[in-house]
Amino acid sequence: MEMKERLKILRQPMPEQDPQVRKRNFDEVPLGYTPEVAKAEALRCIQCKKPECVEGCPVEVDIPGFIALIAEGKFIDAARKIKQTNALPAVCGRVCPQEVQCEVRCVRGKKAEPVAIGRLERFVADYERAAGEVSIPKIENMTGKKIAVVGSGPSGLTVAGDLVQMGHDVTIFEALHAAGGVLVYGIPEFRLPKAIVAAEVDYLKKLGVKIETSNVIGKVATVDELFAEGYDAVFLGTGAGLPSFMNIPGENLNGVYSANEYLTRSNLMKAYRFPEYDTPIVRGKNVAVIGGGNVAMDSARTAMRLGADHVYLVYRRSRQEMPARIEEIHHAEEEGIELHLLTNPIRYIGNDKGWVTGIECLQMELGEPDDSGRRRPVPIKGSEFIKDVDTVVVAIGAGSNPLVQSTTPGLDTNKWNYIVADEETGQTSREGVFAGGDIVTGAATVILAMGAGRKAARAIHKYVMSK
Amino acid sequence: MSAKILEKQQLSENVFKLVLDAPKIAKKRKAGQFVVLRIHEEGERIPLTIADADPAKGTLTIIFQVVGKSTAHLSGLEAGDSLLDLVGPMGQPTHVEKIGTVVCVGGGVGVAPVYPITQAMKNAGNHVISIIGARCKDLIIMEEEMKAVSDEIIVTTDDGSYGYHGFVSQALEEKYLMTGDKKIDMVVAIGPVPMMRALCDVTKKYNVPTVVSLNSIMVDATGMCGACRVTVGGKTRFVCVDGPEFDGHQVDFKELIDRQRIYLDQEKQCYDHYCTCRQQGKGA
Repeated sequence: MEMKERLKILRQPMPEQDPQVRKRNFDEVPLGYTPEVAKAEALRCIQCKKPECVEGCPVEVDIPGFIALIAEGKFIDAARKIKQTNALPAVCGRVCPQEVQCEVRCVRGKKAEPVAIGRLERFVADYERAAGEVSIPKIENMTGKKIAVVGSGPSGLTVAGDLVQMGHDVTIFEALHAAGGVLVYGIPEFRLPKAIVAAEVDYLKKLGVKIETSNVIGKVATVDELFAEGYDAVFLGTGAGLPSFMNIPGENLNGVYSANEYLTRSNLMKAYRFPEYDTPIVRGKNVAVIGGGNVAMDSARTAMRLGADHVYLVYRRSRQEMPARIEEIHHAEEEGIELHLLTNPIRYIGNDKGWVTGIECLQMELGEPDDSGRRRPVPIKGSEFIKDVDTVVVAIGAGSNPLVQSTTPGLDTNKWNYIVADEETGQTSREGVFAGGDIVTGAATVILAMGAGRKAARAIHKYVMSK
Repeated sequence: MSAKILEKQQLSENVFKLVLDAPKIAKKRKAGQFVVLRIHEEGERIPLTIADADPAKGTLTIIFQVVGKSTAHLSGLEAGDSLLDLVGPMGQPTHVEKIGTVVCVGGGVGVAPVYPITQAMKNAGNHVISIIGARCKDLIIMEEEMKAVSDEIIVTTDDGSYGYHGFVSQALEEKYLMTGDKKIDMVVAIGPVPMMRALCDVTKKYNVPTVVSLNSIMVDATGMCGACRVTVGGKTRFVCVDGPEFDGHQVDFKELIDRQRIYLDQEKQCYDHYCTCRQQGKGA
């Protein structure tokens, strides 16, 4: 096709479940491209000589390369091209913030809309899986080096996938009973089906990665004991798993959840399918979700699917400052989530049985910029009001889980108890111990954790081979 | 990791003991710590205190009371069956040192978790007094085991069918605190929340430091979710990682009781459904 023709193609929309239907089910919201639509979208890529999109990708996927293969109809080859640098394409195609990474750099975006890189990545990963043609590269030259990976979230899975392909003997230790970290306990089914995570984890197992679930490092074994067992290096990817609360009155009332608990019950324990699954969850009718990030959106949309009449998203700043992806906010609003912006809770009100019945809030206005560069919310005097709610989900961020740090002497941490690690290598203050992902940076995104994992894998390889 | 059941024993009407093959946990576990187990793919994560362990044999003992669907299901497993997942040891170990005279109190199935602490207190060289109680004689468990690790022991029953007629808190007050014969340096108490609250009310009066072990609702038990949060001395603490033991005089028991009732309706629904299915022979 002529370049002129290709430039005329419009960005292909993603078919989605109707908001009125999907707000009451847990099926995935976007339905995915068909082969025809994917080819049409792939033709929009003009194959830049110096592709800026690749620079925007934390794991440097050969974006023009895989898109060219899609345009030729070579979908399986395209999937394999991505897998050369990204072990989790079906996950990344769904949850990466492409609009601030690869797609924001796309030259097509300057005059029209950028190429839908994320949707194409998702398409080929799903195509390969559905075709059952997932190929397992043969690994030659086993090094005989043993590497322990602590945590099976995005950074741990990336480190493990990279190192096993370099010929190392890799074992992942996971605290929970299922592998995937935040991909299984945090991100809901309607955004990332758990069968897809399981398939990507299964791919790593087929590559030779061993996964020991229900093993809490720091409890059943310490990092030093792992070295004593014969591991040559240890990677710590334990994530940001400690829920934050606001420490306001009434936060321990029944019906007040941390987002971590609410989402873990629903996602990991499948409480949305109670009583088929044993773990219960409160199905509130009037639910307040506190926060403005992706986790707040996930919580609000989960509450709606659990049968709420009203879900109020309470955020202390304005829409411009919301950390959630625009797409997530858009999806939430389509599903009827009511945004209460410039609103800050000051206490929860309970009944004599200890159940939350209301939330008292203050109206805010934006003042001078704070440390984060965003305008600081300032309370408006006398603006207190009470809203009736029966469930609250606090989604204001997460801190670092101290289990590993507190049992690893000589491991330096910063004032928030995150592990201090070199940005380029993941090297910590302890020899042979590397770290990456949220446990270093604080709560961030899946792909940034994967990028850190990629860098750490290279450094770990260099370290164990020089020993 | 999964874990095989090596031995099963019924201790009273609703209380069962399982010995599990769990060498890694058996080696690491200290008095006061717990495990989390899952029976089947659709199952809950169930936290249970470790009652005993044999590091040489690689075994772990858990003792539990049937209170709902999950524990009913667990009681239906036999030696040779396996638990789907077993993780531990979780929580902070009991702080054990020689301080003089320690009273270890266990109520109902709470005797099981207080047993390893009693043993550790005795091994540390303390003079150990045990008070174990239940509603009636048939529900008293581990009397012999407790006797073996105690210098003195009192057994109480609410209905007077055996031993001291009354509650453990009454026995403690009447036999020791009121008489003042012996200086009690510390009390460790585990049992139903109302029992621990009543006991703390008594020991507070006499200014005797009291440690309680809390069995809050948990999900992950690694500090990730906060389901188990409890107010201690005005501050929110997580039972799973900060506990399970706390200064009993600082615990907000009212809040704890409320929080334990969050899922009462769902638990009943789940249990009724399970019992109906079992009666109809459909299995679990």
